[in-house]
Amino acid sequence: MSEVRKIQTMIPERPIRERLQSFEEVSLGFSEEQALAEASRCLQCSKPGCMTRCPIGVDVPAFISLIRSGDYSSALEKIREVNPLPSICGRFCPQEDLCSRGCWETIRYTPISVGALERFVADRSLFTEDSRQDISGAAAEVAAKSVAVIGSGPGGLTAAAELRKRGYQVVMFEALHELGGVLRYGIPEFRLPKKIVRAEIEHIRRLGVEMRTNMMMGTSETIDELFEEGFDSVIIATGAGLPKFYNVPGENLCGIYSSNEFLIRTNLMGANDFPTRSDTPVKAKGIVTVVGSRGIDSARCAIRLGAKEVNVLYGWKLVMRSDDIRRAREEGIKFQPFTQPLEFIGDDKGWVKQVKCIKTELILDKNFRKKLVPIKGTEFIQDADVVVIARGQDPNAQIAKMSSGIQVTAKSKTITVNPETYETTRKGVFAIGDVASGAGRAIDAIAEGKKVADVVSKFLA
Amino acid sequence: MGYEVTHNEKLAPDTKLLDIRAPAVAKHIKSGQFVILRVDEKGERIPVTPIGWDSKEGTISVVIKEIGVTTRKLCALQVGEEVRDLVGPLGNPGEVKLFGKVCVIGGGVGIPVAYERAKVLKEAGNEVTAIIGARSADLLVYEEQVRKVVDHFELVTDDGSKGKKAFVTDALRNLLESGEKYDLVYAAGPGIMLKTVSETTRPYNVRTIVSLNSLMIDGTGMCGGCRVTVGGETKFTCVHGPEFDAHLVDFKEWLSRLNTYLTEERQGTNEYERVRV
Repeated sequence: MSEVRKIQTMIPERPIRERLQSFEEVSLGFSEEQALAEASRCLQCSKPGCMTRCPIGVDVPAFISLIRSGDYSSALEKIREVNPLPSICGRFCPQEDLCSRGCWETIRYTPISVGALERFVADRSLFTEDSRQDISGAAAEVAAKSVAVIGSGPGGLTAAAELRKRGYQVVMFEALHELGGVLRYGIPEFRLPKKIVRAEIEHIRRLGVEMRTNMMMGTSETIDELFEEGFDSVIIATGAGLPKFYNVPGENLCGIYSSNEFLIRTNLMGANDFPTRSDTPVKAKGIVTVVGSRGIDSARCAIRLGAKEVNVLYGWKLVMRSDDIRRAREEGIKFQPFTQPLEFIGDDKGWVKQVKCIKTELILDKNFRKKLVPIKGTEFIQDADVVVIARGQDPNAQIAKMSSGIQVTAKSKTITVNPETYETTRKGVFAIGDVASGAGRAIDAIAEGKKVADVVSKFLA
Repeated sequence: MGYEVTHNEKLAPDTKLLDIRAPAVAKHIKSGQFVILRVDEKGERIPVTPIGWDSKEGTISVVIKEIGVTTRKLCALQVGEEVRDLVGPLGNPGEVKLFGKVCVIGGGVGIPVAYERAKVLKEAGNEVTAIIGARSADLLVYEEQVRKVVDHFELVTDDGSKGKKAFVTDALRNLLESGEKYDLVYAAGPGIMLKTVSETTRPYNVRTIVSLNSLMIDGTGMCGGCRVTVGGETKFTCVHGPEFDAHLVDFKEWLSRLNTYLTEERQGTNEYERVRV
């Protein structure tokens, strides 16, 4: 037998030159040989740190053991027992902060690449599953009670899948014309191919979840009407929504996008294929300047759309996994930390041309909290033909505005919920994810989707 | 799975009236709200303000003028064919109540929208004056419908081929100068017309409401593409509008944003015509 590998198996990546020409996925994932090599490193701990670190408690040693024995479909079934979106989690859960961080092998060498293994088994069967075959996990009998899930992002999809598995009738409503929420419109193709999102959603549909697009709940149909129609419970999982701006002069000049708009145009509307295969254009020529710590996806889209130069101006911490920050650097994106925009300056036709900025420094305020403050006299001008503002989003509780009895927190504008049970102020209505608690990662949304499924089944029992 | 076209009627050489089956919208929509539609698989999402709806039939009526690719594709749809996606109602309902004397202004493709508002304002008990205008007589739509529902009616064309040779704002200014007092002016039409209406009524301090047809994608507050400065604050046309107090709108900024994709629109239209040939 060959020597057991000590360090993490490298996950192959698409060459940089190819990346600049296309939106194809950058990380290529393990081959079977690589997956087996990596799986062989697992210590099969009796007290697995990976499992306790996982927000949804995936039995990592068990599925890795099944990989070792070559039983990939059972490995996937093992993951799916608790995780309805394995291909997606395998790609962009921040494993370095979760399962891999809990890996005991880290003490000797490097942690097991749990995410890449999860992705390997999930991708492998995602496209080979026979669509006529019955899906294990789908409840044989359908309970009389039914649940409406509003929003088809990671939280909504999880809640829908989990409730369906327990036998409830589930109908999911989505305002956009395609399902997946942020997975569809927000995360670019090169990080999460849309065929993966579609295949994962198709699996949940085959469990028996009914899915309706183009439904802006609250106006297309009210929550009162859902109850009148016979739904026994409603879960609101509509996510964040309203893009945040800096509220500085010139922010509404032409050529200034929110990152939401830039990403929706590119990911959802296919602006990279304008005008041959898409009617939706996007501007990404010349110098594209991205402002904000959440701008890496937009920056990497811009470079693929043909921008000559892409700069990211931000405070002190980028919101992105380190691998993707490295990939962005490799793709030629320039970073300017400790920078804050003061004003956007336009030409006489109302088009943005420059960003007036100031350098900042990090200090501890009197409560010992980190705070960025501008440094006097460090103003400078950054050129820009296009600007993308990536400051994050505020919750969009439109649905609460349109429905009686659902309170919204005055300060955070999120839907008021009991943090333990996700109950809103209206009986039978629950809210999870960004619309209820503020910002979160996809994995947190999945974890909340699972928890709310527990609560709702108890409520319906 | 799509949204069936149940009626297609030519109103002018480049303008069509379409009825589309969309029961959820027809049941809930109120005057002033809009829908977003996507004509086919490669289509963009565009906002359209319906000019009528029938909750029993489950249909909405929209008037479409052929301007770019999407509007051409829409107008080419035959009865029985489908619009791929349609969502709504979006935005806030307009304020419809008893104001007293109101003046409703419609320009070009905005006339049918103005007609709908004139109708409901009349039903709410107002004394309604309508001023409608188009570039020339052959582009004029919904003239008779408007005439029927209002108390006073004025018709103008840019070239004088029908009615007075004037802009709608000239007619409005004449009325205001002659001492007419309005409690509300409402305008729907091309961006530049909305701006001049606003400038015309400002010296008279008449409350003026405009329906903004900003560029937008999702229409639910997510993209922020439709932002407009109103009273010094950034507002989203989709979730805060689409109707705003005209005297507070920064029209210079809004009009330039409206023209963001002029080059691409031309490019898209050329591509569409090329493929069609």
